[in-house]
Amino acid sequence: MEEDKIRAAMLRKSRAARIEQRGRAISFACIALIVLVVVAIFYFVASKGLATFYQNKVNLWDFLSKTSWSPSTTGPHGKPEVGALPMIIGSFGVTFLAAIVATPFAIGAALFMTEIATKWGAKILQPVIDLLVGIPSVVYGFIGLSVVVPAIRNVFGGTGFGILAGTFVLFIMILPTVTSMTVDAIHAVPSYYRSASAALGATRWQTTSRVVLRAAVPGILTGIVFGMARAFGEALAVQMVIGNAAMLPKDLISPASTLTSVLTSGIGNTVMGSLENNALWSLALILLLMSLAFNLVIRWIGKRGALK
Amino acid sequence: MNAKRVDKIATGVINVIAGIIVLILAGLLGYILVRGVPHISWHFLTSPAKAFQAGGGIGIQLFNSFYLLVLAMLISVPISLGAGIYLSEYAGKGRIVEIVRTAIEILSSLPSVVVGLFGFLLFVIQFKFGFSIISGALALTMFNLPLLTRSIEDSLEQVAFSQREAGLSLGLSRWETVIHVVIPEALPGIISGMILGAGRVFGEAAALIYTAGQSAPALNFADWNPFDIQSPLSPMRPAETLAVHIWKINAEGIQPDASAVSAGASAVLIIVVLLFNFLARRVGTFIYRKMTAA
Repeated sequence: MEEDKIRAAMLRKSRAARIEQRGRAISFACIALIVLVVVAIFYFVASKGLATFYQNKVNLWDFLSKTSWSPSTTGPHGKPEVGALPMIIGSFGVTFLAAIVATPFAIGAALFMTEIATKWGAKILQPVIDLLVGIPSVVYGFIGLSVVVPAIRNVFGGTGFGILAGTFVLFIMILPTVTSMTVDAIHAVPSYYRSASAALGATRWQTTSRVVLRAAVPGILTGIVFGMARAFGEALAVQMVIGNAAMLPKDLISPASTLTSVLTSGIGNTVMGSLENNALWSLALILLLMSLAFNLVIRWIGKRGALK
Repeated sequence: MNAKRVDKIATGVINVIAGIIVLILAGLLGYILVRGVPHISWHFLTSPAKAFQAGGGIGIQLFNSFYLLVLAMLISVPISLGAGIYLSEYAGKGRIVEIVRTAIEILSSLPSVVVGLFGFLLFVIQFKFGFSIISGALALTMFNLPLLTRSIEDSLEQVAFSQREAGLSLGLSRWETVIHVVIPEALPGIISGMILGAGRVFGEAAALIYTAGQSAPALNFADWNPFDIQSPLSPMRPAETLAVHIWKINAEGIQPDASAVSAGASAVLIIVVLLFNFLARRVGTFIYRKMTAA
């Protein structure tokens, strides 16, 4: 009898062990929930986005390469026109242009903060950059609408809406992201690289351009791709200044559209399950896949950079 | 050209670039504040918006923004705390953990409009919540989770390992060590991360357009029963937030004073976000000082 009691007591879990088990289970449930959310997002958006091709029998290649977008009306072939190329071009256009404009600014600002005026840079430019990150995107859109668009209208004529206005707004939006990641990349370059270069008699610019920037390339590229991912997915700020005309943009100052702008203005006005609606979900699927692609590129750069 | 000259020119160019950036920000903030602040008054901050006339306020939108923020934080903080604890304390370096980290990274880089559309599909349509505060809060939670989780994990990992050893050597289980030793030590970092996240959530609009909706029905501020649809606390009513309001009046712009209202609303939005950023820096150090008597 006595032995059984002892045996039971020995085999019973202690209070601490039970608490531990419960805690571990709770925290695991939280992480599982997050993974579940990611899986669910992909599942739902993919199942909706692919319906255009399975249910409505739209040709995938037509969808990606045709330029006429009017899913609500029937085109000359007796089928609704769902050519998403104008939006795809619009999205990539503003993204790449914004990245091209932002990169020299970001590198310049980062060099100013890390190599030239380290004290000043930390005191003034760093808080400025931090502030810019925090400004909500609708505010950028509002400024774009009330300052950038009229300015473009005055200088180049036309309505002012278009890819140029979108580029400008996105440039300011991604500048802080790219800059702060470039700063991190340059900070990560060991200081003895600089000392070695200076000991060889190189000027500051020679050291910066041939040693520091060279060593920081993977980090800077990561920053640029991060910025592009943000620009590609930005919806409202772009939607407010791009003009929202779903046609192939002739030039940079005529109204255009992006994947996100069509989505934000369209999804509320279509009936669930209809072709118009499904076609919009296909655009959302493209957005999702592109954000995945940007992620892969960042990983790839990280791996390549780590080897060196 | 000799090297010294090139060096001077390059330095000059970089200085100019830095100057331009400071000018852009000064211009941005100056524009919003100069145009917006004069429009801010007690009346503007408290009265409801008007659809067709001038003189509308942002009272309901402002309340909605804060209410949504509180709800979203109430849901997302416990979940991301648990997830952060798991990642920093229990997860090793296995393959599955790697996949989990990738999933979190992907979630954090998803465009917010996609998160909003998913929320629309799942909460508004599947779960039949309709355009409502609860749909919006859940969408914001998905948007907030990955960043909050990562910041909590970082804060927890900053805590020295000797602290954990001390806890374990006193006979505490790992979970008890985390709750009673590690989290208090990491609290300043966790709270800074939460406040920064709150700032982001407060300005978010794309994820809310199709979840919390774009209308702000009149509220009865004398009715605090959360089950009445007129009550400010009702989670099932549609709720246009401040950020959505700015987008809406600019996209449709029927009000004659749309641009003045959006300037004022933008100024309020920026001031609140700046306040959050400022708090994030101060509150962390303040709590640390209080708790450690340092």
